[in-house]
Amino acid sequence: MHINLLLMDSKNSLKKTDFSLTDVISIYDFSKKDILAVLKRAEEIDSMTPMQKSKLLENKIVASMFFEPSTRTRLSFETAIQALGGKVIGFAEAGITSAKKGETFSDTIKVMSNYADLLVMRHPLSGTARLAAEVSLKPILNGGDGSNQHPTQTLLDLYTIKKFVGKLDNLKIGFVGDLKYGRTVHSLATALTHFNATQYYISPESLKMPKHITEEVQEKSKVYETEDIEKFIPEVDVLYMTRIQKERFPDEIEYNKVKNAYILTKAMLVNAKKEMKVMHPLPRVNEISTDVDDTPHAIYFQQTAAGIPVREALLDLLSKVKK
Amino acid sequence: MNKEEMIKKLKVRVTPIGNGTAIDHINPGMGLKIVEVLGMDEKNGAAIALNTESKRMKEKRKDLILMEDRFLTENELNKIKLLARNATVNTIKNYKIEKKEKLDLPKKAEGILKCINPICITNHEELKTKFSIKKEPVKAKCFYCETSMDKEEIKKHIL
Repeated sequence: MHINLLLMDSKNSLKKTDFSLTDVISIYDFSKKDILAVLKRAEEIDSMTPMQKSKLLENKIVASMFFEPSTRTRLSFETAIQALGGKVIGFAEAGITSAKKGETFSDTIKVMSNYADLLVMRHPLSGTARLAAEVSLKPILNGGDGSNQHPTQTLLDLYTIKKFVGKLDNLKIGFVGDLKYGRTVHSLATALTHFNATQYYISPESLKMPKHITEEVQEKSKVYETEDIEKFIPEVDVLYMTRIQKERFPDEIEYNKVKNAYILTKAMLVNAKKEMKVMHPLPRVNEISTDVDDTPHAIYFQQTAAGIPVREALLDLLSKVKK
Repeated sequence: MNKEEMIKKLKVRVTPIGNGTAIDHINPGMGLKIVEVLGMDEKNGAAIALNTESKRMKEKRKDLILMEDRFLTENELNKIKLLARNATVNTIKNYKIEKKEKLDLPKKAEGILKCINPICITNHEELKTKFSIKKEPVKAKCFYCETSMDKEEIKKHIL
């Protein structure tokens, strides 16, 4: 399954990349080389002119299959496809597909893989992306399978860190808020073990990082845990904020106890390193006070923008794969 | 009856079998679960000994199952490997042990475990489940949804 790709760069000379995957399903499938190959390609594409970009998926048809509505992810994928000159077919909700007539997911994928050159998908059930990769004749790009994986989010987080902090190696990163249920946080924490990151888990006791993730990360990296949001602010290069969701709590009293304890304000950043960056997968509710937005620390809006070059890079890399 | 006579009498209960399967050195407490998974057939006899003394076992106790005229399929053997990783399976023909297999935890489990995750695709579409198995601590990770089950959860999710 592992192959080396020959890519045409902007000067039309052939060059080899280290991207070895035939589908993008789970961040666990990525080696450090794979991650770096995606980030490098994203940088290259980001610096291309619109005309150069629009040749990359020329004459390619990409299926955008959203069995579950997700406006942000879908539109960022479809923007990327259009910008690369590809044509999009697909659907934005399962209600209009044959799934409603009782067709199995596997059959839908088999049929669609006859039509398109590359399949982007999101599905409310976990494991669907892996199954799709098994039955599809064409590469699968996972845009989220249930509560399991959302690898493009992790890659855009890494791209953002590399771009705005200037490095991925030996990073000090604090994860704040709901570390128990946050899929984004789990994937990023795992991916960062390739880069010798020191990780700080900052959350209320009831929303602590799951033990299996902490143990996995600890095998390769240093981990510190605390309930105090301010304790590690002066230490870290990145503070990765997450939303604490009310529905995760058994009762409102429990929720009220912690909800205001994990709000980041401008005043709390006084002792932060000058270059420290604050990230958030968005949407935010109130966990980052709006007075942080105007500080040089805030990069969460640039973070969402990174979704485009990263998805473009993945589309480009996968469009050259032969399964 | 003194204690020794009683033990002697108890041991007689587990009579040797001429043809069939003896599953020995089952971790105490797992015997009944194995019986449940294998399902006993009405025609053939079986003897089950629970929590009997064992010199070999770490716990000094073991469960034991003797099944007359019953031989295990590969699928059944794979299930037992997940439940009793230290057990020994003896295949007996004409009062002779024809094959003795000391079990070990498999690296993979296909089609014998149900995924614990209710939103896993394998619980919604007819699919052969696939798990990778890790030792120390024992974990089964779903190939599709990547959810892991621990030892107790594995026990409850054997198909």
